Amino acid sequence: MADELNVEVVAADRQVWSGPASIVIARTPDGEIGIMPGHESILGLLVAGQVTVRTTDGSAVVVAVAGGFLSVSEDHVAILAEMAELADEIDVAAVQAELAELGDDGYESARRWAQARLDVAASR
Amino acid sequence: MGAQLRELRRRVRSVESIKKITRAQELIATSRIAKAQQYAEAARPYSRTLVAALEAAAERARLDHPLIESEGQPRRSAVLIVTSDGGFAGAYSANVIRQSEALAGLLNEHGQETIPYVVGRKGVAWFRFRGRELGGEYTGFTGKPTYADARRIADDLLAAINTPTDEGGVDEIHIVSTHFRNMVSQEVRARRLFPIMVEEVPAEIHAAETATQRAGNGAGGDNGRSREGAVPLYDFEPSADEVLDALLPQYAGNLIYTALLDAAASEWAARRRAMKNATDNAGELQESITRQANSARQAEITQEISEIVGGADALAAAGSE
Repeated sequence: MADELNVEVVAADRQVWSGPASIVIARTPDGEIGIMPGHESILGLLVAGQVTVRTTDGSAVVVAVAGGFLSVSEDHVAILAEMAELADEIDVAAVQAELAELGDDGYESARRWAQARLDVAASR
Repeated sequence: MGAQLRELRRRVRSVESIKKITRAQELIATSRIAKAQQYAEAARPYSRTLVAALEAAAERARLDHPLIESEGQPRRSAVLIVTSDGGFAGAYSANVIRQSEALAGLLNEHGQETIPYVVGRKGVAWFRFRGRELGGEYTGFTGKPTYADARRIADDLLAAINTPTDEGGVDEIHIVSTHFRNMVSQEVRARRLFPIMVEEVPAEIHAAETATQRAGNGAGGDNGRSREGAVPLYDFEPSADEVLDALLPQYAGNLIYTALLDAAASEWAARRRAMKNATDNAGELQESITRQANSARQAEITQEISEIVGGADALAAAGSE
């Protein structure tokens, strides 16, 4: 196959990003996974956190995901997350307000999603 | 001015302002239909990818999951009923409720209890008024549903199906909602969401999927589906069962989200039609009242003239004596 990946990052309500890439780095329950062209077909779980897509022109696309899936087949990579935001889109103040509102008894998943976005925003 | 004429003119003005309002509502509804369709379009890549992953996982995982296969005779069903929050939409909510009652009757005949889960204030009010117990009620978003709304509903329904029937759980999940066929035609549909109907549902999804791919999806050109529907041999991380366990709730959220978007588009279409009829009616009414006012004005003038002429005649007659 060609020596580039075809990457799609989709959230439940929209396509967040798509395009050609040279490597995709995501976080699974067992640790980080890196996908390069020619990777075998895989269907894996993702935990809330950061997904980095290095595009063929060398720039990096950083996405925060709220857990979900990674599917790779024949150099087509799909990142499926119920919620996903590009690093540039994250509104830190809004996320912090959201996190404060959740308090201590908020949903665990909602808190992890807020935390993931904050981490991604901090590292951009 | 005569009292009758004044009253008629007042009515013309009031009908005119009603007409302005319904006309504005009609225009709003028209733009909302387009918006709802855009949201539905934006959600499509997710549905497509999710279904492909689900098929791959289902092929390899054990299939005794409660969302895939039910054991024995189902005894209780959850029915998700999607109505609207607002009125002014013709028979939109009434049609959905009627269909849901028919479905409940059918399920009862087969010895199943039904628990309604209702979306939209109209439906909630209908069930409340009749003193029916609701499994859940969700209001405030029917015109513009978000994924978070769908997620909330899906979580409640999944909690119900994961509870043993003896402890108040359900065996099946049905949904009654309106499908947006086009601007003029929407139909109420009742279908079963879970357990997944293995033969029927995938066929429909396949058709939709290949259609969207033919329509030229940029990134998804070559994902194994192109090879005559063969599912690639995936490795699962951590295992097929765990992946399937996590996929199914997402799938449920997705199904409900798409149903809500479909219903939202239908709701706005129904509202647009109702408001268009109201505007047309107001126009006709305005015309007929204006006619009445004109003839009343004419009668008044005629009367005034005849009074003047009569008075002049009387004076002339008095003077000649």
